[in-house]
Amino acid sequence: MTTTTNRPTNRIGLTTQDYQGGTSTLCAGCGHNSVTSQIIAACYDLSLDPRQVVKMSGIGCSSKTPAYFLNRSFGFNTLHGRMPSVSTGVALANRTVLPIGVSGDGDTGSIGLGQFKHMMRRNVPIVYIVENNGVYGLTKGQHSATADIGQNLKYAGTNELPPIDICVEALAADCGFVARSFAGDAKQVRELLKAAMSFEGTAVIDIISPCVTFNNQDDSTKSYGYGKQNEERIQDITFIQSYEEVQVDYEPGSEQMVKLHDGPMIKLRKLDRDYDPTNRWQAIQLMEEARNKNEFVTGLIYINETRPTLQQTMQLIDTPLAYQDDAQLRPSREAFARVMGEF
Amino acid sequence: MTTTDTGVTPSMIDPRVPIVNDFSIVAATENGSGSQTANNTLIRAIFKMGISVSGKNLFPSNIQGLPTWYTIRVSHQGYTARREQAEILVAFNPRTSEEDLAKLPSGGVCVHPDDLKFANPRSDVIYYPLPVKELVKQINPPQNLRDYLANMAYVGALTELLSIDRAEIEAALMHHFNGKRKAVDLNLAMVDSAIEYTRNNLPKQDPFSVAPLNMTSGQMLIDGNTAAGIGSVVSGVSVVAWYPITPSTSLVDAITEYAPKLRPAVDGKVNYAIVQAEDELAAAGIIVGAGWAGCRAMTATSGPGISLMNEFGGLAYFAEVPIVIWDIMRMGPSTGLPTRVSQGDILSAYYLGHGDSQHVCLLPGSMTECFEFAGMAFDLADRLQTPVMVLSDLDLGMNNWMTDPFTYPEQPLDRGKVLNTEAFEAFLAEKGSWGRYRDIDGDGITYRTILGNQHPRAAWLGRGTGHNENAVYSERNDDWQRNMDRLTRKHNTARTLVPAPVVEHVPGARVGIIAYGSTHDAVREARDYLRAHGVESSYMRVRALPLNDDVTAFMAQYDEVYVVELNQDSQMMQLLAAHAPVHAGKMRPVNLCDGLPLTAVFVLNRILQHRNAL
Repeated sequence: MTTTTNRPTNRIGLTTQDYQGGTSTLCAGCGHNSVTSQIIAACYDLSLDPRQVVKMSGIGCSSKTPAYFLNRSFGFNTLHGRMPSVSTGVALANRTVLPIGVSGDGDTGSIGLGQFKHMMRRNVPIVYIVENNGVYGLTKGQHSATADIGQNLKYAGTNELPPIDICVEALAADCGFVARSFAGDAKQVRELLKAAMSFEGTAVIDIISPCVTFNNQDDSTKSYGYGKQNEERIQDITFIQSYEEVQVDYEPGSEQMVKLHDGPMIKLRKLDRDYDPTNRWQAIQLMEEARNKNEFVTGLIYINETRPTLQQTMQLIDTPLAYQDDAQLRPSREAFARVMGEF
Repeated sequence: MTTTDTGVTPSMIDPRVPIVNDFSIVAATENGSGSQTANNTLIRAIFKMGISVSGKNLFPSNIQGLPTWYTIRVSHQGYTARREQAEILVAFNPRTSEEDLAKLPSGGVCVHPDDLKFANPRSDVIYYPLPVKELVKQINPPQNLRDYLANMAYVGALTELLSIDRAEIEAALMHHFNGKRKAVDLNLAMVDSAIEYTRNNLPKQDPFSVAPLNMTSGQMLIDGNTAAGIGSVVSGVSVVAWYPITPSTSLVDAITEYAPKLRPAVDGKVNYAIVQAEDELAAAGIIVGAGWAGCRAMTATSGPGISLMNEFGGLAYFAEVPIVIWDIMRMGPSTGLPTRVSQGDILSAYYLGHGDSQHVCLLPGSMTECFEFAGMAFDLADRLQTPVMVLSDLDLGMNNWMTDPFTYPEQPLDRGKVLNTEAFEAFLAEKGSWGRYRDIDGDGITYRTILGNQHPRAAWLGRGTGHNENAVYSERNDDWQRNMDRLTRKHNTARTLVPAPVVEHVPGARVGIIAYGSTHDAVREARDYLRAHGVESSYMRVRALPLNDDVTAFMAQYDEVYVVELNQDSQMMQLLAAHAPVHAGKMRPVNLCDGLPLTAVFVLNRILQHRNAL
């Protein structure tokens, strides 16, 4: 791929322009647009080849966003709540590409909850982003399943039901990468995305991403105001690609290094609490305490790269199934004759 | 021709007139009692004697304990359809024995355990009581095998009574137990013991017997789901996603069994994935993803699964994703009769999805077609970039049918208009630009690039929303209309690519019969009986949707057109009427919707009734 601009380029010679998509048609100020920008930035920073990325989504405001980044990547805007199954098929067909999926709280927390859980159970390699605003935008302002108790909306009134917590669901399904962030915290979103893109397995990032039109009043736990006021990072996250720095300085005790399969590392600097994101039980406890205390904690909640991916479980060949030719797909005449002989 | 099936059930079988190779045996047993081994042994032994057989299993939706009936038809004419009545009853289920006995024709035969007492014994039936418990005791098998072995008693009795070749019984057991001598010997001991008991204690009183013929040499016995599974593996299926549902499960089981034999692992790694999904929605989603990304992907399901796949059917149709869906039809609506046959999904499959969508549907009518249509479905899906449904049914899928062995496909796989990186370069050089949904050739089929294409302009975003020729989101009315017109054009192209109907014109016939799928053998037999009644008939077996001009031409040629199908609402007749409205008035329905496979007698009687009313 060649570029003719004099903008800065990354390791594979692409500019940020080469990672752009079409113009967003979402509302001005929508949190989703910030996430889109960070996806572009993360892909640029990691020097991902757009041809090795596949964009996936379901239906909803968030699911429109794959049209707004990585125009040079293939993508599939699927059905409401069904991005997990279609992504599973794509991942089986072509294990060499990285699926980046964008979903929303309705798409994942309501209609797609079953598929979401089974995708994690299978450990389909995908960066699964939930742009979570607690409200249905395209249908004009109904509560979603992630709305907190007491969330008050002009059209739908007050929500009386407890929320479904995307991260708790992911932890329960033994997802190996669980993170929460806030669309207003660009750096954290970007570092988490880079870590997720380097993770082997399902990586879920639940990003509180305010809906400026229907759910951005200050008393909403999904608003910019609330997020800026209340976000409590559990650590400072720096993603380090291994080829950049062979020696990484870190302070044992106050910093923790998590190494990923191909060599990249996630440097986590501890903040107020002593937290170990490799401890699943501690992760579940953190989520439960945060819920009880109404705390908005963000960061890398859980990481465990030991589970085999679906392609590994299925013992698939290394080359994509989709690239097999006739000689590989047809059995030999001898094998066929043997099977016919069995009858 | 025999007298038994010409439309009138004989009131009495004369025991003095031998009936050779022309009768049915029904084995009434309990589900889960191991009777399948006994029945498979019997049918295979008779088949290997060169006699035409068919086996139909009428089983409950249950794991163990409910009644099940297995019917073996023996026919020197080569008829394989179900018959209305069986002459020989194996009454091994006390819960149904009274009803089973009542169904026998006069002069019929009843083989039963000697401790089974009939409340209403018939004096016009020949009884052969077997001391089953005593025979089992003599063999003294392990406790857990006693019930299974008991069923081999009727195999032995029938072997002796009907003159079945004992060597073929042994060979059939060897086949059934994959040559495991210990299991074979145990079962054979029971068979031999029953043969000996019958010979010494039960003098032959009935006229039925088998005698070797050479009708079946070179043929094999198989069920349609196994044929379809093997056909799919042979045709390059790479991703199978499914959810267990009767009667389709054994199709995926066959893929699981034969894929390792046909496409063995290399260094422990395989080039196919079989995923048991969480439901049929996900199964459809997985194959849509895999098909979109360039794999040959399929699922197998039945009516309730088809309902759940509705939305994905529409997406795949509109985003133009090749997938193959096997629907092994069972009786609906709703959960219906899960273990009974039907052709009730014709309309729901053809029109799967909301809005305007019409799907290519293949309608196999034989074991060979179950095998060959598996490959054809993939070729058509790739060629047309669309879902292809294969509408089989429980009778084809799960019952035993005779067939010639399948032949290795000589044609290369047709992957359709796919542009890889080099082809894309060449395309751009020639045409200047490319659009995913641009109809260059006028056949409605556009050029497709696949994930992994390295050209920077080859990527596109698939979607179920409105799009223009470049696959870009569009709500423009003219973009929408143009795209729908092209999809109609593509469907008309499909008309020319799907398998043509099989037509047999009989000179002088005024009657035309139209059928499809598993009803073929009953229709074939019924036409012989019609001829005996002085009615010549021509025949068209439809093998695919959309319907084409051949169908119209056939309907035009006959004064009376009878449409045979296994559903209540005459679903194919509705499609025929819409296809050729000018001939719609000539059509009469011959439809059975009681969950049982069609019989020739039903077809004969229904057509005669229609004719009498003319």
